[in-house]
This record gives sequence, C-alpha cells and structure tokens, in this order.
Amino acid sequence: MCVRTAQSKNSPMATTDAGVPSSQPPNPKPRPIVRIAMFLISHSALFSSICCAAGILALFLLPLLAKNTYVSENALMPGSANPMFSNHDTMEANRLVKEIMDLKLSSGIAGIEISNLLGKYMTERDADVYHHNFHVQKNQFHLGNFFSDSSYSWHVKENRSCTQYGINTVAIIRAPRGDGKEAIVLVSPYNSTNIRLSDALSLGLSYSIFSLLSRVNWLAKDIIWLAADSRFGEYVSVAAWLKDYHNPSFLDLDKSDDGTCPVSHALLSRKGQPTTAGSRLNVFRRAGTMAAALVFKVVDGKEETKDTLSIYAEASNGQMPNLDLINIVNYLAVHRQGLHVKVAKLYSVLNAAWLRTVGQIFEFIGKTAKSVNPQWGFGISAADYVDGTATLASSIYYQALGIPTGSHGAFRDYQIDAITLEMSPRSSLYNEVRRSDFLLGGGRLLEGVIRSVNNLLEKFHQSFFLYLLSAPSKFVSVGIYMIVFMLLIIPLPMVAASLYSGPNERESSARTNNENPDPAVAIVTTSGSKSCKWLHAARVVFVVHLWSGMVSLIPYLINQLPERTPTACMLVWVLLSFVGLIILYCIAGSPYSYKISHQPPDREWAVLKAVMISVASIGLGLMSIINYATAQIGAIFMVPMCLLAHPLKHAGTAGKLRVLSLTTSNMVLAVIGFPPGALLLVKGWLEGFDGVSFGDFWIWAETLWTWNSATYLYLVLIQLPCWVLCMHILLHP
Amino acid sequence: MGNVRPVLIVALVALGCFNLCYGGEEFSEELLLRPLPDRKVLAHFHFESTTPPTKDYGHHHHLFPKAIYQLVHKFRICELELSFTQGRWNYERWGGSDPISSSNAKPPGVELWAIFDVPLDHVDATWKNLTHTLSGLFCASINFLESTTAYSTPAWAFQKSSGSLRYGALPREAVCTENLTPWLKLLPCRDKSGLASILDRPAIYRGFYHSQRLRITSNEFGSEGIEPGIDLEQTLTIVVQPDDQRTSMSYSSGKIQQPDWSISSIFGRKISGTCVLARSSSVFLELESTLVSELNKVGVDNAASDGDITFPGFELSVAPVRVIKERRSSSVLFEFSVDKYHDDNPLDIGVKWKHPVVWSCVQAPFQANRFLLGSGNERGSIVISLRSTVSQRIFVGDEFGDGCEVQVVIFQVVPWYVKIYFHTIQVFLDGQLELTSAVIEKIQVSPSEDRVSPGVMEVALRLPCSTMSAVITVNFDKGFLHIDEYPPDANQGYDIPSAVVRFPDIQASSHYLGDNSSLDSPILSKFQENNPVLSYTEVLLVPLATPDFSMPYNVITITCTVFALYFGSLLNALRRRVGEEERLLKQKAAGKTALLPLILSKLSSKLRVRSHESHKSASPSPLLSNKLIMKAILLAGLAVAWHFYFG
Repeated sequence: MCVRTAQSKNSPMATTDAGVPSSQPPNPKPRPIVRIAMFLISHSALFSSICCAAGILALFLLPLLAKNTYVSENALMPGSANPMFSNHDTMEANRLVKEIMDLKLSSGIAGIEISNLLGKYMTERDADVYHHNFHVQKNQFHLGNFFSDSSYSWHVKENRSCTQYGINTVAIIRAPRGDGKEAIVLVSPYNSTNIRLSDALSLGLSYSIFSLLSRVNWLAKDIIWLAADSRFGEYVSVAAWLKDYHNPSFLDLDKSDDGTCPVSHALLSRKGQPTTAGSRLNVFRRAGTMAAALVFKVVDGKEETKDTLSIYAEASNGQMPNLDLINIVNYLAVHRQGLHVKVAKLYSVLNAAWLRTVGQIFEFIGKTAKSVNPQWGFGISAADYVDGTATLASSIYYQALGIPTGSHGAFRDYQIDAITLEMSPRSSLYNEVRRSDFLLGGGRLLEGVIRSVNNLLEKFHQSFFLYLLSAPSKFVSVGIYMIVFMLLIIPLPMVAASLYSGPNERESSARTNNENPDPAVAIVTTSGSKSCKWLHAARVVFVVHLWSGMVSLIPYLINQLPERTPTACMLVWVLLSFVGLIILYCIAGSPYSYKISHQPPDREWAVLKAVMISVASIGLGLMSIINYATAQIGAIFMVPMCLLAHPLKHAGTAGKLRVLSLTTSNMVLAVIGFPPGALLLVKGWLEGFDGVSFGDFWIWAETLWTWNSATYLYLVLIQLPCWVLCMHILLHP
Repeated sequence: MGNVRPVLIVALVALGCFNLCYGGEEFSEELLLRPLPDRKVLAHFHFESTTPPTKDYGHHHHLFPKAIYQLVHKFRICELELSFTQGRWNYERWGGSDPISSSNAKPPGVELWAIFDVPLDHVDATWKNLTHTLSGLFCASINFLESTTAYSTPAWAFQKSSGSLRYGALPREAVCTENLTPWLKLLPCRDKSGLASILDRPAIYRGFYHSQRLRITSNEFGSEGIEPGIDLEQTLTIVVQPDDQRTSMSYSSGKIQQPDWSISSIFGRKISGTCVLARSSSVFLELESTLVSELNKVGVDNAASDGDITFPGFELSVAPVRVIKERRSSSVLFEFSVDKYHDDNPLDIGVKWKHPVVWSCVQAPFQANRFLLGSGNERGSIVISLRSTVSQRIFVGDEFGDGCEVQVVIFQVVPWYVKIYFHTIQVFLDGQLELTSAVIEKIQVSPSEDRVSPGVMEVALRLPCSTMSAVITVNFDKGFLHIDEYPPDANQGYDIPSAVVRFPDIQASSHYLGDNSSLDSPILSKFQENNPVLSYTEVLLVPLATPDFSMPYNVITITCTVFALYFGSLLNALRRRVGEEERLLKQKAAGKTALLPLILSKLSSKLRVRSHESHKSASPSPLLSNKLIMKAILLAGLAVAWHFYFG
C-alpha cells in the first residue's frame, strides 16, 4: 500500500517535470480512501500528537464515562426471596467459633484438630465429607510454562516432605432432587497453625450457611464448602484442591510415604467414628461442573461507620469474573444488608492535588454544560471523580500486573467465576452483642448470593467479562476503554508509513532536481535500494527481538545457581543480557556496520524507526488481546518513546528550543521506557528512594513469572527490544 | 425369569378362579417401606397387572389398560421399560445391591429401552413410532429419543439381546406430576382407592428421590414362552425425610436418633382400604440385615425370646400379619394386609425408635462414580472410577474365596459432539497403570458419527477382588455445533447420559424362607428373580464453546464491515491492471489506431477530457480539500456529541 501510494505520488510530479503535459493525458485521481490515507500520512506529526493527546485525555475521561452496573441475567433475581438465615443460625456459628477457640486454648497447635472438628460438624449435616491432603510446591520458573496447561501430563513429584502438607476439609451437600451436574463452591480460608478469631468467625459463618443450605428445599445445584488450610497461603491450598478436582493424577505416588507422615495417621485414627468413616474421609469426591465460587473471609478491620464488605475480583492476567457476580453481591450488600461496599483503590492517587484540579475542571465543564442545556448531565463532582479515578487506576493496575488478588484467582484458571468477599465489622470482633448482628448480615448476604447463583438455569451472561470498575456499582465496559487504546496506538502505523515513504519522496524529488529526466529509472533505483534498506532494518529489529527472547529465558539459568541474592541475580541477568547482545552483534553484524554509500545516514535511522514502530504496534496489539490493561499502560510509555525517538546527533537542524525539548524528552523517555528504570522510579516515588535497591526488579520479575503473568513476557519481549532499538536510534551516528 | 414362572403358575393354580379374578386378568397392589440409615424412609409402590394371551382370551379386557395392550400389539414389544426420575439415588447410603436399588434406582430424567419382535431392519422405525406414542401417552418429550443421535443399540453390555434392543436416555427431562397422572391412569382404581390413594403429590415431590417406572413384559409373540400373556409392572420409588422435631435437637448428643414416622406423617393420608379390583393388597416393612443385627445387639440386654421376632429397639403401631425372613442375609419383612382396613378404620403403620441405631446399607462391591477432567472448551477426559466398598469385602469373598475376580461391565453412550478417542482408554488399578489388555476382558465400541449416531462404549473388566480402586479414563475432544443446533441463549452445557455399570457375577435377589404358596406376592417374587447388580453413574455436564448470541447486531456489523473492506480492496487490487491502463493511454496519445477504434477512442477521449475538465473545475485545491475535511470532521463530531447526549 505504501509502495503504491509513493509511486502514484511520484509519477505526476515526474511527468509535470518532463514538460509534456499536453501530449500525455493526466493520470486518473487516486481513490478517496487512498487520498485520505496520503493526507494523514503527510500530516502524520500533527495527527499523531492529536491522537496521543486525545488518548491521554480519554483516559482521564473514563471515570466520567463509567456506567451504572445492572444485573444483566434476569434469572439471577437477587433479593427476590426472603432470607431464611436467622438468629438461630448465628447461634450455631457462635457455637463453632467458641469450640474452635477453645481448641486453640487447650492444645497449642490446632492444625489437625480443627479439620477433625470441622469434619465432625459437616458429617452431622449429612454432607459428604473428606479431607484433602495437599503438598505445597513452590512455583519455579519453567521454560514454556506460560499459557501451557499441564493438565495432560502427569508430573512426577519428587521429595515430598511431611512438613509441607496441608489439609483442606471439604464437604458437599447434594441438592435434593437436583441432578448434580453443577455446583457452587464456598471457600473459607483459615490458618490452621495460628488460628485467629477472624478465621474462626469466617469458618463459623460458613458453617451456619452450610447447615442452613443442608435444610432448604430450593437447592438445584450442589454446594461444596472448602475449608482451605491456608498455612502456606490461601492461593496454594485452593489451587491444589482445584488441581486435584480437575486434573488429578491417578498414579498412586502417596504410597511411598503412607504412614510416615503424622498427618495421614492422625486423620485415620479418629475416635468415635464408624469403621468405614476413616477410609471414607480420604476419598476425593466431586460434584459436577462448578458454576461459581465465593471466597469468604472475615477480617478485624475496625471500620468507622458501617460493617464493610470488600470485593476482590482480579484473577491472573487481567481476567475478571462475570460482572453479574459482582453486581448481585453489590446489590444484596447495599440494598438488603446495608453494608458499605468497597473495591480496591490506589490511595496514593487519592490525595494527588493535580488530580483534584483535573476533577474540578471536569466539574466546571459539566456545570457549564448543564447551564447551557439541563439535559447534559455528564458532570460529576470533583471528589467523585478523584475517587473513581483511584478505583479505576487500581483496577487497571491489578489487571495489568496479572497477579490474582486472592484465592479466587485459582478458580478463574479453570474458567470458573469467583470473587473474594472480605467482611470487616464496625466494632471489634470480641464484642459478642455486635458480633451476632454482623454474622446475621454476612449470613444473609451469602445466602442471597448463593440463592441467586442457584437460580441460574443457564450460564452467566456472556459479554460481561471485559470491564474496569470505577466504583462497586460503576463500570467502564470494553467498548469505551478500547477507544483510549485505539487512540494511542493509531499514530504508530501512521508514523511508520510516513517515515517509510518520507525519505523516498525527498530522495526522488532531489534526483529530479538533479536533472535526471527519466522518471522510470528513478523509481526503479529508489525502489531497489529501498527494499534493501528495509531488509537491513528488519534484520536489525529481528536480531534485537531474538536477543530479547534470550533475555527472557536467562532467569531459568540463573535460578539454577546456588545461594543467590536478588542484587546478584539482577547483576548476572544484566551482564548476561549485555554479553548476549554483543555476541549477537558479532554474529549478525551491528546495526551501524551496514552503510549504503549513496544514502545519507538520516534515511537509515528513519527506516529503522519505521520498522521498529510497526513491530511495536503489532506487539501492543497482540498484548491488548492477552491482557488489555498491560497493553494500555505499556502504550502510555511506549508510544511517546517510539514517536519521539530521534538521533541526538541529527537534531540540530531546527530551532534551539525545539532541539532542547526533543533531547530532554528523549532522555526522560529513555529512562522511563526502560522497565527496571520505570519500576525503580515508581518505587522510589511511592516509598522513598532510600529503600530502593538494584535487586528490586529481580524480585518483582520473580513474582511475575511465578504467577505466570503475561506482563513479564510483555516487558521482556515487547517493551525491552523497543527500548533497545530506541537507544540505537538515539545513539545513531 | 425362568425360576419365577413356575412359581407364578403354581400361584395361579392355587388361586383357581378367585372371586375377584376376571377370567385370568389380575391386578395386585403392594407397598414396601424401609427405614434408611440417613434418617430417611424409602417407599416403594408396586402395582402389577397381567393378562392372558390374546389367542385364548381375546381383545377385550376388564382390568388391563387398553393403551398398553394396544401399544404392545402395534409395536410388537417383547420388553419395555420406561422410567421417569427426579433426584439421584444415593448408592452409598441407600444401598446398592438389593433388588430395589438395582432395579429401581434409575438415572435422572427419562430412560427408555425396549426389545421388539420385528425384523431387524424394522426395529429403528418401530422405535421411532414407539417414542412418539409414549410421548403422547405420558406427556413427556420422549419423542426426542426418535433422533438417531439420541438412542443406541447396546450389543451385550446392557442386556443380552439379539440386536432388537434399543436404549435411550434424556437426562434433562424434568419430571413432575403431569407425568404421574397418566401413569396412575393405567391403574384400574387410579388413585381413588387402594394403596395409590395415599399418593399425595406434594409429599411425593418434596422427597429426595422419586422414580416412576413402567415395565412391560410380553410373550404374545414368542413361541417358546411358558406363560404367554402381557405383564405390566408399575413401580413408584420415593425417598422422603419424615419431619421430626427430635432430630434437630439431638445433634449435639453424638449419636443420631432415627425419626419416628408413620404413613400418615409421610404422606399426610392413611390407607383406607384396598382397591376392590386387586387380587392382593398388602404393605411390607423391611428391615435390612445390617439393621437387624444392630437391633439384635441392642436387644441383648433386653433378652428377646428366640422365636418371636420383635425387636426391642423399636416398636410398630400395628401388629404385622406375619414376619418373613430372608434366607441368606437375615433381613426381615413385616407383612400387613390391607384387607381388614376400611374408611372408618384406616391402616397407619408407624415406627417408633427407642434407641439410637446406626447402620449402613448393603452396597455393591464397587461404587461407581463418573466425572470429567480438564477445563476449557477444547478437550477433556471422562473418568469412571470404581471404588471398593471396603466393609462389604466379606460379601464378595464368601462366594469366591481367595484369588477371586469380579466382572464389571460398563455401558456408556456419549453424544456425537463429545468425540471420544477410544484408543486413549487407560485403566489404573490401585494407582498403577495397567495394560489395557490385561484388565479388559471384552470391549466393543462404535464410534460416533457427526449428527448421525452417538458413540457407544461397552467394556467388560475383570478385576481382582482385592482391588481397592479402579479408574478408567478416556480422552475426548469437544466438537463444534452448527449455529442452529445451539439453544437460543447462553446455555448451561450439554449432558452426557449416565453410564450403566453391571456386576454380572453378583445377583441382586433375596430369597425368603417359607413355602411358595405363602410367598405368592408379586413383589416378593420379583425380589427373588436373579438379576445382576446394576448401578448408574452421574450425569455429566459438558460446557461447549458457545458463540455470543446476545450480540448478533455487533457481530454482524463488524464482520460485514471487515468483509466489505477486505473484498472491496482485494477486488480492486486484482481487477486493476496498471500496466494495461498506461499502455492504453499511450496508444491513445499516439493515435496510431484503426479507423473505427480511432473514432471510438477519440469519442471516448473527448468524453473523458470533458468529464475530466468538469471534474477538475469541480475538484478543489488542496487547501480547499483540507477545509472540507475539517468541516466534515467538525460535522461528524457534532453529530456524535448530539447522538451521545440526546440519543
């Protein structure tokens, strides 16, 4: 396309210069779409700056454009039934809480006793109960571990030690008259080695819900209650159980250590049980496809005004549960139980003065618009705006990070909608009078949510997975937030095309000025050399991307090293990367080694920049499919860096002020665009520069790959090569 | 079967022509009650109608339902079984190897199988007609079994058959009172009198399990049959939890007290007399062997006298007519005759427990479970796990001794959109991967054909008795459906009907002590039949990739735009020949052409020049075009803003 436009543009100029306009009929005009494209390309500088500015502006407009949430699936019917959870149930919850706390007092380590106690309580409710023993495995960096599901390979697990065992207690209520095809999961994590009152309360409340559900007659889906032993982390225990639920290994590997671990002994030798119960308690039971999961926790938060419910929803790689699940929780919590609902916020943004100013400007504009026409009601107050921005920023941040914000993330890996509900009471948990009110509210909320999900005949509504939350009851849907990204990314191909065709044009015009009368010759020569140049630039870009691929795999080697500290690892990583780059240049030739005698060097970097930009835009586009938020944040850094990259040596043609600004912005972007640099800056800004160390990036990268976050891939495979190429252009001789 | 028929004949001869015997047609009604270990009660209604063969008796019947008679004759049915079930039978708690659980525990939804006495090439057509007829008769969507993708032809795993057996199941069918009413209509007294009169609809459908079954056995067409005629067996099995105030209170005491119940507390009605058309009408209360031994343990202190079977653990509100003992496992049946009771003196059998009793049911040697592995819309595997019921080891070991083996036959039908790879069958015994050929005795598969037939898997395994767990896995790919094959909304997923697991070596039969004449009850003779233990696995739900049908507008618009742009530019690029155009232009410029083309070209060039000139005059300068574009953008922006705030 670019080649053709360049030709068609060249030829009329050539013919007019030849001076025979009357003998040759003029060429037909190019089609309008081509003309628009040509127009855009020729004014690319203007348009790209407009687009970028519009993109940033649109990003700040997002809190204004957020819509109120609504329950899209009618079958859910939240709050349509009266809650059956009563004070009697809270008494039962209190009974279990008391027993657990007594257990803690009587025996110092309450690990196995609690799960035995829970098992006893669950059995009384006619539930299918079993203990799930799991082994904790530390996630290591594995080659090709990203996006691969290891479901069909039976891992042979080595060196299991008894100390790394956890016991989940699981109970299943089979819905009377139900067909058992679907199940709702209720997870209550507790720390078995050091149980606190809040953990005991979440267990007690889950139990009272569970015992209520074992009596009700409206159940259509089975209910699974997973009391997750979170002594090695909440996520680990839930993920281990889910893995055994969905991809168990039928090869019996536990046989070797059967009886050697005290855990299995203690579970088998339970007193007061029928003979078969011991074996029955170790059988893993299932209950069909999971429809939804709720992770329920109580924390001792001491809120000021009301009992508070915090919702956490972000799963790995920016995946979100269906918005309807959040909607029903929010609806029931606010309109039925009168709770204060919170979602995560970035508190550092909340106090920013500049944001308040932006909010006030928008408020002013909104008010003015309203005075012009009362129907234009887009204005929100500055406080609301700042609040919405803080929530939105945290929503984007946690999605971009790609690390789940709780154990609900483990469910999303199996395409199950799950959220974490974290309740914190107004007063202290030890206040017994207030506690039962708190339990009543929490119980009714959970009952209502489970009943709503139970009502669901089909699935959650399909198109409710791509969204950002700007408040518990406000969301920005994909159709709106895509605009920001599109505006940011559109300049890239435009500038690439203009850079590619730009030197060409000037060149040919220069040649025609040199009294070269034959246009055909000029076209042939330019196109010939052009393709060569293009190939060279492409080779440079390819070599750098190859190198970035190597860099992404180096941590695997470093992980094999013994006795490593983060700083040392980081040093080794940087060193190895640098050596790798030099070696690759030795093999494939450095970007500056290739010179075309008849081409001035500024053409060369322009073509290199064009190729770099197009590759970067492809990379960003791909990333936006995998994790939109990462691509969004990446685009904010990368697009200006790509657009402004200019050799420092060749800047001196325009005015002094322009040169100075271009150079400074280039230098600043060179620091910000480098992933470790950006991280250290942000960290220093948030926590003070004293605590920042060189190894921080290593630690951060390590968390990213242990959680299989695609952000790591983005940083190393897209952002890093782009930065390196920009450095090449900056340092172009 | 063979053992039963002499019994029946003897019974018939003994009866001679009873006063209520309509020339050979007979009807009997019976109810069996059984307390279950998890504080529930099983009620099993058994109604049986028989009629002599047509050639002796003619076409007119007094008792036998005409609809069934016509059905049998029209479709030449040898055997037919139709069941409507709601809920799942809990094999672990309610038993798995007794006659009731192995012949009356059915998969959720509708299950239908039939054997026809027609030429093999007519069987399919007959089956289709039969499904439509039954669909009308029972107000259910049995007609969905008409499609070849919905039914299958089991060769040997389901029953021994000669190719004229067809089997189909609808797991999603919702069962309710509209299916019960036509079923009751087949009874001569309907639910107006007799045992069926206690069938209170809310009481039945509030329960945990509810299965109505209809089984037709006919020998009208067979030549070798000893006792020709049509036998219609109707059973209704329900599991209910009696309301009891004490149970909720006694949780903390550790041992759970069994609830006291009576017929009136379960059904809300009492039995007020027999159906006058019934030959026999009786109620049984069964105590399982494990319960009996538990009760005996309790009763040691109280020193019950030997001959008299009254258990100290509980008491009956009505004295039984007689007590029947099982020969092998010592389970006990109390029989109550309804004949004596009438409206003024209704029968209300009640059980009162004096001590808490804990017992467990007699289970099948292996408990079968089935589940899916994997996640996502691409692939997965089906797993059938057989877990040994440890406490029942003696049950198997007694019969076969050491080194014994148990045969397990699995019959599984899988819809075509779940594409099973039969070569991936793997068998794990006690956590060790076994050679498939070593464990599988016999296997027959018929792969599915897209939109034509389901995949059928029939496997016979031979497992050592000491096996604790056996796992069979098969991998599958999820297929894609046509757009019109999807249900209209975000559907829940697709069902895989239950698999059938049979244990041919083990008979689910009870043999009762007493002479044949005293055991003339049809329900007892049914229990004495030698049928292999049969159990059903869970229904599975497979989520398939579902397109987003809720956004057709967006999808259509975007695809149309993309396609229009793509094909437009492609066509343009292909059609335009730049070189040719230039050549033509040059030719015209040279003017060295023949006369006619010259004139034509001149004409055309004139036209073209004129049009071009006019065009040129109209075409604006670059500056003008910029303005125009800016104007257009402004206008578009205004329109968007207008739309946004007023639309």
